[in-house]
Amino acid sequence: MARVDRLTRADTRHGLSDDTLKRLFLWPTLALLIVFNIFPLFYSLYLSFTDYSAIANKPANWIGLQNYSELLNDPQIWRYFRTTGLYVFASVSLELLVGFGLALLLRRKFAGSGIITTLILIPMMLSPVVVGLFWKLIYNPSYGIFNYLIGFPAGLGPDWLGNPRLALWGVVIVDVWMWAPYVMLLCLAGLSAIPDYLYEAAEIDRAGGLFTFLRITLPMVSPLLLIAVLFRTIEAFKTFDLVMGLTGGGPGDATELVAVDLYRLAFPQWQTGKASALAYIVLVIITGVSNVYVKYLNQIKQG
Amino acid sequence: MSQDTFGRSRRQFLRWTLAGGGSLLLAACGGATPAAPTAAPAAPEAPAAPTTAPAAPATGVSELTIIWAEWDPANYLQELVKDYKAVGGVDVKVVQEPWPSFGTRVFAEFAAKGQAYDMVVGDSQWLGQGATQGHYVELTDKFNSDLNGKALAPATVTYYAEYPKGTGKYWAYPLEGDACGWCYRKDLFEDPAEKEAFKAKYGSDLGVPKTWADLKNIAEFFTRPDKNLYGLSIYTQKDGDAITMGYQNTLFSWGGEWGDPKTYKAEGVLNGKLAVEALDFYRELYKFVPPGSANDFWQESINHFTSGQVAMGMNFFAFFPGLANEASNKYAATTGFFSNPAGPDGKSFAALGGQGISIINYVSDDKKAASLEFMRWLAKDDVQKKWAELGGYTCNNSVLQSAEFLGNTPFNPAFAETMQKVKDFWAVPVYADLLTISQTELHKFIVNGEGTAQSTLDTIAKQHDEVFKKAGLQT
Repeated sequence: MARVDRLTRADTRHGLSDDTLKRLFLWPTLALLIVFNIFPLFYSLYLSFTDYSAIANKPANWIGLQNYSELLNDPQIWRYFRTTGLYVFASVSLELLVGFGLALLLRRKFAGSGIITTLILIPMMLSPVVVGLFWKLIYNPSYGIFNYLIGFPAGLGPDWLGNPRLALWGVVIVDVWMWAPYVMLLCLAGLSAIPDYLYEAAEIDRAGGLFTFLRITLPMVSPLLLIAVLFRTIEAFKTFDLVMGLTGGGPGDATELVAVDLYRLAFPQWQTGKASALAYIVLVIITGVSNVYVKYLNQIKQG
Repeated sequence: MSQDTFGRSRRQFLRWTLAGGGSLLLAACGGATPAAPTAAPAAPEAPAAPTTAPAAPATGVSELTIIWAEWDPANYLQELVKDYKAVGGVDVKVVQEPWPSFGTRVFAEFAAKGQAYDMVVGDSQWLGQGATQGHYVELTDKFNSDLNGKALAPATVTYYAEYPKGTGKYWAYPLEGDACGWCYRKDLFEDPAEKEAFKAKYGSDLGVPKTWADLKNIAEFFTRPDKNLYGLSIYTQKDGDAITMGYQNTLFSWGGEWGDPKTYKAEGVLNGKLAVEALDFYRELYKFVPPGSANDFWQESINHFTSGQVAMGMNFFAFFPGLANEASNKYAATTGFFSNPAGPDGKSFAALGGQGISIINYVSDDKKAASLEFMRWLAKDDVQKKWAELGGYTCNNSVLQSAEFLGNTPFNPAFAETMQKVKDFWAVPVYADLLTISQTELHKFIVNGEGTAQSTLDTIAKQHDEVFKKAGLQT
């Protein structure tokens, strides 16, 4: 008992109780969060109500809702939102189909399945800018391999990135190539967690393949599938580097996504206030969509 | 482990953590606070002219840093400034940033009022922002005296140094002159069979085009998709300024303008008859480019030419050294160069590239003085001569017109001719807003074929006028 008292006194004397130590670890984290996340979040919200330009050497003037009003009344912005919506829907849907399909193919171990899985995962590990440059060459109608692979004679295939009707699909194909492996990875994790006895029971009950898929595989894997959809939707909504590498937003403005326009406002044009307003509009949309997903995910979990 | 031992370990750990964190914080906050900028900062008094013998730097500055884009001219400059160490006793370092991020990096530095760079070799279009937003030091008092301004080709002074245009206020020294020109395949142009076939089809001799109409005929003549040969490559890239620069070549040569530089009105000027004809013509040229040319800039134009896919290639002169080199162009021995041909009324102009060197206003007065001293050395005739010998495109007229310069490379005669007829896009502070509009609308018409030349220019003129009004330039 005397030893315990001595130790407690020593601990207090040095002022390093567990609580103190806990606080010393927490404060830097909180400080970093406030400096790098919370303050910029609120400061950019303030800037979105001003005419501030980061390079103009002039103080920010409060202009109320003018930035929001200009943006929301600009038909071009709505066109970019429509293009972004189409892009997100097409790329996430295809990634889901391709990723889930690949996961179903690879769920059973076979000779070489490990190396095949690793090879399939390579695209998602590459830099989007590098991917954009590679695919620009792959799509080239004169010497690119893509048209050849889909059956066009040399030099007679479509110009995927130069045709306004095909360019967005050209970007979608690259996005699917790059990110379907990510969906596959999450689905594989979900599939491997399904207990074998469920399938054995289904087999004993003579359940068909489709029935087993719809009643066992899909419900069991759906929480992870939805997480994949959530992450990919958020990421696809913010796509910037892939578009800049492939088309620069063209031809015309056929692939001008909201994130690309946001970049143009924020940097080449340095309209910091207006760019902040657009960023908040995008944030509200992404938060809204994410909430719908999360709500649905919770419903699935609850059963 | 006893509690006491554990306590000491904690103390040691925390001590290290706090010491490390404190050092980091001090390092992060340690930079000197830059001086507040003024709208029109004056150039500091420079010390006496340097001697030819090695000397200690008069200002006590031992190193100067220049930021420029990552390309060959920046390497030539790094080579040239080695001489300055012997003359001025100052090490000059040229930091290179890849082209796509060059502008963003420089302007982010301006936004932070940073002191990482003392000088910038900036685009001609940055002059308005540099001058009115306080990023550049004004050089007006020194330009014609210390910076040898009278020796420069007049057009280069207007576009690389002066803002607002026509006011005699200078913010940069024209360092790297550049403009659009053309390379062509002499082996095709001088082939007797080709010459004969061309004469039979067009009734004129196949040769370096004297007019844009000649150029179009030649482009059409060499367009043979079955042989993977096309007439020409032109600028079409949507991001940045490429398609606007490309179109400017015909716009100016037809006698058109972006607007009235005195009133900043685009309506009635940009959508006038001449500009419309020039745009229709540029779109005609797009028929003779190789497939997959919807987003072409200098690199793609070089690729088309060096792969033998095109007979002629539009490009900035700064990229021609590589085309005259057999290591990078297998057609180098038979590659010729020419300047922009004339428009329907005999006028010939070329879209300006290139940059001027400016002193950044956020550095200390000592650094400003040392930078000015360096520019004074750089502007000397003999230094400009060496700059040209290394491969830099001088704007010094006496060097440009010298027989030595003209005979130095196969493209120098065309360059010297071009630098007398350059014109540029707007250099106002809102130039990026104007460019975004022209890039999008021109790309829609030229590449996608949406609308007509008239409707395209009507849209651009209307939107440009709105930008001018909002910026307070148009009353």
